[in-house]
Amino acid sequence: MDSLDNLRGAWLERIGGASDEAALEDIRVSALGKKGEISLKMRELGKMTPEERQVAGPALNALKDEVNSAIIAKKAGLADAALDERLKAEWLDVTLPARHRRQGSIHPVSQVTEEVTAIFADMGFSVAEGPQIETDFYNFDALNIPGHHPARAEMDTFYTHRREGDNRPPHVLRTHTSPVQIRHMEAHGAPCRIIAPGRVYRADYDQTHTPMFHQVEGLALDRDISMANLKWVLEEFYSAFFGTKVKTRFRASHFPFVEPGAEVDIQCSFEGGTVKVGDGNDWLEILGSGMVHPKVLEAGKIDPNEFQGFAFGMGIDRIAMLKYGIPDLRDFFASDLRWLRHYGFASLQMPSVHAGV
Amino acid sequence: MKFTLSWLKDHLDTEASLDDILDTLTDLGLEVEEVEDRAARLKDFTLAKVKSAEQHPDADRLRVCQVETDEGVQQIICGAPNAREGITVVLAKPGTYVPGIDTTIGVGKIRGIESYGMMASERELELSEEHDGIIELPSGEVGDRFVDWLAEHDPAKVDPVIDIAITPNRQDALGIHGIARDLAARGIGTLKTVEPKVIAGSFKSPINVTIDADTLDTAPHFTGRLIKGVKNGPSPDWLQDRLRAIGLRPISALVDITNFFTFDQNRPLHVFDADKVAGDLRVHRAKGGEEILALDEKTYTLGAGHMAISDDNGVESIAGVMGGAASGCTEETVNVFLESAWWDPIQIAYTGRDLKIHSDARYRFERGVDPDYTLPGLHAATQMVLDLCGGEPSEVVEAGAPMQTARSYPLDPARVGSLVGMEIARDEQVCILTALGFSASGSGDTLEVWVPSWRRDVQGEADLVEEVARVASLTKLEPKPMPRLRDGVAAPVLTPMQLRERAARRTAAALGYNECVTYSFIDRAAAELFGGGSDDVMLENPISSEMSHMRPALLPGLLQAAARNQARGMMDMALFEVGAAFHGGEPGEQHLLVSGLLVGQTGPRDPHGARRAVDVFDVKADAEAVLATIGAPAKAQILRGAREWWHPGRHGMICLGPKKVLGIFGEVHPKVLATMDVKGPAMAFTIFPEEVPMPRSSSTSRGAVTMPDLQAVERDFAFVVDAEVAALDLVNAAAGADKALIEEVRVFDEFIGGSLGEGQKSLAITVRLQPRDKTLTEDEIEAVAGKIVEKVGKATGGSLRG
Repeated sequence: MDSLDNLRGAWLERIGGASDEAALEDIRVSALGKKGEISLKMRELGKMTPEERQVAGPALNALKDEVNSAIIAKKAGLADAALDERLKAEWLDVTLPARHRRQGSIHPVSQVTEEVTAIFADMGFSVAEGPQIETDFYNFDALNIPGHHPARAEMDTFYTHRREGDNRPPHVLRTHTSPVQIRHMEAHGAPCRIIAPGRVYRADYDQTHTPMFHQVEGLALDRDISMANLKWVLEEFYSAFFGTKVKTRFRASHFPFVEPGAEVDIQCSFEGGTVKVGDGNDWLEILGSGMVHPKVLEAGKIDPNEFQGFAFGMGIDRIAMLKYGIPDLRDFFASDLRWLRHYGFASLQMPSVHAGV
Repeated sequence: MKFTLSWLKDHLDTEASLDDILDTLTDLGLEVEEVEDRAARLKDFTLAKVKSAEQHPDADRLRVCQVETDEGVQQIICGAPNAREGITVVLAKPGTYVPGIDTTIGVGKIRGIESYGMMASERELELSEEHDGIIELPSGEVGDRFVDWLAEHDPAKVDPVIDIAITPNRQDALGIHGIARDLAARGIGTLKTVEPKVIAGSFKSPINVTIDADTLDTAPHFTGRLIKGVKNGPSPDWLQDRLRAIGLRPISALVDITNFFTFDQNRPLHVFDADKVAGDLRVHRAKGGEEILALDEKTYTLGAGHMAISDDNGVESIAGVMGGAASGCTEETVNVFLESAWWDPIQIAYTGRDLKIHSDARYRFERGVDPDYTLPGLHAATQMVLDLCGGEPSEVVEAGAPMQTARSYPLDPARVGSLVGMEIARDEQVCILTALGFSASGSGDTLEVWVPSWRRDVQGEADLVEEVARVASLTKLEPKPMPRLRDGVAAPVLTPMQLRERAARRTAAALGYNECVTYSFIDRAAAELFGGGSDDVMLENPISSEMSHMRPALLPGLLQAAARNQARGMMDMALFEVGAAFHGGEPGEQHLLVSGLLVGQTGPRDPHGARRAVDVFDVKADAEAVLATIGAPAKAQILRGAREWWHPGRHGMICLGPKKVLGIFGEVHPKVLATMDVKGPAMAFTIFPEEVPMPRSSSTSRGAVTMPDLQAVERDFAFVVDAEVAALDLVNAAAGADKALIEEVRVFDEFIGGSLGEGQKSLAITVRLQPRDKTLTEDEIEAVAGKIVEKVGKATGGSLRG
């Protein structure tokens, strides 16, 4: 048995000393291969007496298993070491910049339009649309602004060119989203609840005016809708939009297409040179509104004795500026990449009532 | 509309503070735009006393004064002739800003002698045009603030000037009396009403007036009279102060009187120099072509139908708009013919617009002037002429009669509640309406409300409701919940096209494009480059030649944006826009587009070598992604032959048939880029969302998915074809070889040159075969391969590459 102990000691020592997988394989062959030392010893068992075999057999098998396990363990160890060595060599400077990926953005006008839509949709308003080139009738007459009305002159209207001999009144670029009211009434009647966001045009360009901007119109008609409902709807809207309770103040005013008419202010503070909505004791003029004028209902083929309701119009760009602290309206339409990236929104930042707007 | 506080108080007896008055005005619908506190700019001036005034040794007209101030005796050099010992003066110390000369006073030397301040004249303080000498005050102590002295002794000089915005319906608020009436109705004071005294004439006016029969409908009433022997000249200080405060230049007493009534009572008047009027005056319609030199010293040519007032010499006045220079009053006028007439608002609006005259008279007549105040206004003005200029009035000359405006509307007092949502007692409603000059009567459910002659805007019950609500104050309005349209979950509201627009926008942004919103109008040249720029889409009154035509496409706006960004050093970009383009000038001749633009490189230089120039296949991928997201079918044709702004060889139209173009992608024509100053190359795509067919079924079911357990087999083929052969044709041919078995055909290589002949190319495809019920044998695969080679050969003339 001593010889077996020697044998074990010798092989385990050689295995432990193997420097790579090839040396280990050589060792395996010379120990456990067909002509390996241990294999040859196993063969000698046949020549032994049964008594000798009973002792030597289990001992040899144990030796064989032990050497085999040692080889496997050593092999794994060598592989780990080799991998460690390789990984050590595979060092990268991960502070290098990543491969470039373009980052797109959604324009604030689109984002805010979707925000407005999400909030009003929750209150049952659908989205109506209308043409940007409008007739005199839809933009003015149907809205109780006849040809001589001073409001026409005040609107800085863009007119389209008429060819020589075409004596129809020129079309206009709609000066407000209100014509959509008429078109919607004509097509769908009452009751109704709609908003109509979109581009509008006025011939004015200075620090706070651009010849194109965006408005959203609101119209709700039913048998018993009152201005008090309008106030509630607007306060619900502004509170949801600005994410804080916002009070409104109604002031008497006049727009030809409503009667009574009101300017609406929202509560705000001007402290520190910035406007904070929903706070403080100041008021900021934010939109024009009123109860739809009976003549406008008639123009929309709706009986003013049966239906009544409110309408309002507010500037989308303006509420975007207020909410997101964007200083200059003119930049909205300049497409400067720096501006688009700074004030734009991620594609997946989709406004919804449940996720917040 | 500007007025001063003291002018308002002529009509309103009130103890209310300025702030209360301002808040109430705004709340009533007379929005305060600005309040000019004229005391503010004079706050630094103090009173001082001249102790001595001696001749300057080196200047004849200058005096060296020792002036007692609240900071001790100061030496001040003064050139005013009245600078003398003992007078109380208004002092500007060094550091004080003097508005009338736009200068901040410093310490200086005048002709070698030091001067420590300035003694001011009225003009230097913008109190009047007076500049003959420095102000001498009859009272006041050294060190008193000048504004305090003025407030006590001459408040009109430092009266706050209130500027309010007048909405077009409020003719009554174009006179200060009407503004006072509104405030009084709210309870902010008591309205002072003075009935003008009827002034009898002592002789017949030598100038008579007639109105042509065809003009009576728009000129129903004219009153006038001659006042002889007047002495015209500067009007008194109180009148000049008022006019100056509201931004008018005092001219002469007669003219100032007409301006006074314009603002005080919304009663525009006109004064003719009677000695320059030849014969009688006739109100008539212009034939067209008559010329008149008006009071603004411009010559106007009347159009047919415009109303004019003429004498034997011709047109003397553009009725209700502006008088003529020839018969205008001057300082020498001794006989004046005073006109108080009523003109039809619509006619005045058109005349004013045609002639582009913006006068206070036009502004008022087109909004409405009280027709019942025409004759009373004449008497009131006569009185003021007599008071200020003397003279002797003739009898009144009157043509026509006041327009009858008396009318009443029923008002259900409950209507205020149902329309506005405010509960206001019937008595209070009557009270408000009465205070505004309406008369309300009736004991039943409904009031009968008569409208005063100065409220032509009130045309029905809703207007009466507004009056009540406005005076009661809308600030009292309490919000009232509007019931949901339906209980439970809100229904979706967006239309399929609105969803499509949103999906396209979000996808383009997800693909790395920055959304732009560019103007809908562009310059003609840019519009023409993209098939637009016709007269049909031209604006009659663009604000600049850069914004003259409605855009025919979104690309020109995006290219201009790219050029602007490049000019600022940003060379690589991905821009997109979603919006309307215009194919005609009629309403509805607009269509929705989604356009993207890639310019420059795919990204900045990097250590990975990933940077390359953008190419057609970038925009093709993006166009396909946007189309997929809005529900376009996956299989479409790619055709060539799009418009001239695309690179002729490097673009494709994604089509369902030759007439159904869903989108276009490609390289922008280099000439277009050069014209638009864009450093290219530039790749673009345009999607036509309205062209993509709507799904036929509204079912949400996707149908069953097929996921065979058997492994798919891929086989590669390389075909040599003519260089002109479209890869898609080859792919479609291969796919047609066995539609059941072939799941996908994909081009993975294109090779030109080498051993291939001139005009030839090699296209390598991989074909994926998906067995459905049993594994394919090698023979079966070979059979399909053979069919593929045959189909491709037939369709493209290509053969397997040897």
